[in-house]
Amino acid sequence: MTEILTVEDLRVRFTVHGGSFEAVRGLNFALNAGETLAVVGESGSGKSQAFMAMMGLVARNGSASGTVMFGGRDLLSLTPSQLNEVRGREIAMIFQDPMTSLNPAMKIGAQMAEVLTEHQGTDRRAAWKAAVEMLDRVGIPEAVSRANSYPHELSGGMRQRVMIGMALMCQPKVLIADEPTTALDVTVQAQMLELFKTLCRETGTSLVLITHDLGVVAGIADRMMVMYAGEAVETGAVDDLFYDPRHPYLKGLIQSTPSPDERKSYLTPIAGMPPNLTRLPPGCPFAPRCAWKMPICETTAPVLLPFGAGRARACHFDGPLVSVESAS
Amino acid sequence: MIRFILRRLAIAIPTLLALIVVSFILMKVAPGNPFTGEKTLPKEVMANIMARYGLDKPEWQQLLDYISNIVLHFDFGPSFKYKDRSVTEIIAQGFPVTFTYGMWTFVVSTVLGVFVGVLAAVRQNSWVDYLSLGITIGAQVVPVYVVAPLLVLIFTLWLGWLPGGGWNGGHWSNVILPVVALSFSLVASVARIMRSSMLEVLGSNYIRTARAKGIPGYKIILRHALRPALLPVVTYLAPMLVYVITGSVIIDMYFSTGGIGSAFVNSALNRDYSTAMGITILYGTLTIAGNLLVDLIYAWIDPKIRL
Amino acid sequence: MLVKSRTATLAEDGFARLPEKGRSLWADALSRFARNRAAMMGVIILALVILFMALGPLLGRWTIEKIDWDVMGMVAEKGMPSLETGHYFGTDDVGRDLYSRVIQGIGMSLMAGLVSAGVAVAIGTFYGAVSGYFGGRIDSAMMRFVDILYAVPTMFLVIVILMMFGRTVEVLFVSLGAISWMGLARVVRGQTIALRHREFVEAAVAGGARPLAIVYRHVLPNLLGLVAVYASLLIPDMIMVESFLSFLGLGIQDPNTSLGMLISEGSATMMYGTLWQLAFPLFFFVLILFSLYFVGDGLRDALDPKDR
Repeated sequence: MTEILTVEDLRVRFTVHGGSFEAVRGLNFALNAGETLAVVGESGSGKSQAFMAMMGLVARNGSASGTVMFGGRDLLSLTPSQLNEVRGREIAMIFQDPMTSLNPAMKIGAQMAEVLTEHQGTDRRAAWKAAVEMLDRVGIPEAVSRANSYPHELSGGMRQRVMIGMALMCQPKVLIADEPTTALDVTVQAQMLELFKTLCRETGTSLVLITHDLGVVAGIADRMMVMYAGEAVETGAVDDLFYDPRHPYLKGLIQSTPSPDERKSYLTPIAGMPPNLTRLPPGCPFAPRCAWKMPICETTAPVLLPFGAGRARACHFDGPLVSVESAS
Repeated sequence: MIRFILRRLAIAIPTLLALIVVSFILMKVAPGNPFTGEKTLPKEVMANIMARYGLDKPEWQQLLDYISNIVLHFDFGPSFKYKDRSVTEIIAQGFPVTFTYGMWTFVVSTVLGVFVGVLAAVRQNSWVDYLSLGITIGAQVVPVYVVAPLLVLIFTLWLGWLPGGGWNGGHWSNVILPVVALSFSLVASVARIMRSSMLEVLGSNYIRTARAKGIPGYKIILRHALRPALLPVVTYLAPMLVYVITGSVIIDMYFSTGGIGSAFVNSALNRDYSTAMGITILYGTLTIAGNLLVDLIYAWIDPKIRL
Repeated sequence: MLVKSRTATLAEDGFARLPEKGRSLWADALSRFARNRAAMMGVIILALVILFMALGPLLGRWTIEKIDWDVMGMVAEKGMPSLETGHYFGTDDVGRDLYSRVIQGIGMSLMAGLVSAGVAVAIGTFYGAVSGYFGGRIDSAMMRFVDILYAVPTMFLVIVILMMFGRTVEVLFVSLGAISWMGLARVVRGQTIALRHREFVEAAVAGGARPLAIVYRHVLPNLLGLVAVYASLLIPDMIMVESFLSFLGLGIQDPNTSLGMLISEGSATMMYGTLWQLAFPLFFFVLILFSLYFVGDGLRDALDPKDR
């Protein structure tokens, strides 16, 4: 396995109303070539912001620090024009809301062809032809005429297909998909995940799938990283994490997700609310909601430590989490 | 598209007719007629005059004649003041002047305003931003008739660069000051509108998509953001037209450019009803046509409206 | 937090609220207004200008019409502002005292603003309330008429009206108001439609009150805040339009004067080096408009939180 993206101590800080807070608080992880990594967490866990920061897309009131090594360069210290050579060509990104993520005033063919003319200097006609072929590959019928459509003439699922096709125009090494199926109907979701799987396998693209939906993860991902309050709390192979979660937060997430395989008589929600990032507790940020809380949890924040086969967790509690009785 | 235009016309035409009728009624209910005044004319002379201007016919007949003459022949009738001139002649003489500097005003204010607005949005909170904000607030309380004298003071009296009035067949040096005076506050308004809509567009999801695609900043502005951000400016073109038309009265009076504005003020001062009404109707028509045009531009820019 | 939740409710209802709650909401608005520095500055400057208008004549040594024969014909040399001659602001082109004329002009301009805005508010509120309350065909016919008026360059209508009915102050003020009510009518109509479905109006309807009585007693009082905001924004506009007309010689007539007319005279004589004739009226004109705009903005922020 070769690491193609290595992230060290990534922090994203936002300034609001004079104060400031960190949405991502020292993230470390690596992405392997060709794998699918799922990044899981609630909204506000910093999972989107972390990847936006790598792409240089943090909002005006935010700033990122740390290192993001990709192809021998640190993405965070590139000049805007150097970064533009990477974005869209080597790393592409897809966003949650396909309804608003396409330019309403441009034909979709033009929006897709633009990626090629920009990065590979392809002439317009060839780029348009490539866009039509890509539309066909992502499963849009009558691609030749559809390329002339405006986004509002397409359904949500169609638009997300366009987004996927647009992201893959240059055969990027990494594709970051930020909640790509959240805004879509359930039936369309499944089709979309299938599309991701086949396309990434064909092109050898590594896929980062940012989601809050464990059901999505199970179907498609190889590895998974669970984030809570701006930090990674558990990482490892998907199967390991599903069958033997070692962080109480992940355990809680699994218990609160319906599953067609097991017959759960009831779902157990995680008690409490995610912490306010401007006023984090001194110890473990999950402690106030944790059923396995120990005295040390309230004073010392745990760090992400490796254990077992390629796994890591950030929890003081050592060993399998078997009991559910106190999780009320 | 054609249905869209037809629907708009279906609103515009009755509006126009209503305007003509209202103008006509106003003319009728006004106390006295244009010929009562300085000295009492002998009965026969008065009757003669009334017959000449068609004022002896029943009023509904006059109204119908008035409308049909305007619509069919673009004829607003004879001037009540200048015996041998028709209103249409007066308009035909002044209109090219007003139209010339009016068009330039449109071009200058939109182009410059959009440019400054984009700059202010991209360099948010920079000096460009604050300067345009300052000018906007200033322009709100410093109207055309204050800007015009100040411009003449600076560029004619102090610097001696430009003539302080006259038209000179539309020589560029005579056109500059009227255009600057009229554009002054418009540039600022357009810049403000452009700035805020550009900021909104730049914060939108599809601009984020474009950035994620690795498109350089200036291309994002030109290719992705400009067109959608222009929509509010296009909407503003309609009030802008009214502003330019109204302001042209001041310009024509102050700079003696000989445009329609001075003809209008003279007609108002001389109780030349038919001329004043004719010009009002002409400008009403222009406004309505302008609104129609704005709708069309709007539909052209925003593909969602296209029908 | 309390204020926030209350403004949230206010925003929800627009300006429609129960009368007995009215006082605390007005007090709320007042405190919000008092905290707005620009608006308070505007109020203070306006108060000073009005004070100047009231007390200024006590200091003046010349009346409005009196022509200073010493100065006449040599205005550029002798008519400049001076304490010696008693022409604090200098004289105008024919040798009349500019100080007293500026004071007179301030009064006339403020009056133009107040009266014309008053006329516009009266027409607009009533028109909008009736249109919104009755709805249906009446509503669409009335609103179509507003659309038509909007399509006309209204300044021209005023000039035409002035031409036909004589250029007197009364006709001027009324016609200014008569072309400026459409915006308010639209807003009031919208609010009235919202109000009509409120419980207390429906209760009045169920109680058998006559429609116009309901409009007068239940609808109009609840539109007060909105109307106040709109009126305060109309006043500077009206001053502006009046000065526009006076500039063209179509508004106020000599010996009456307004700031617009003085600006017009001042700008006409600029080339003779009598810049004070433009500077003093212009200074007060800009000062008044600036403060009125700030006050209007402050009122809007205070009374209409949803617009912030």
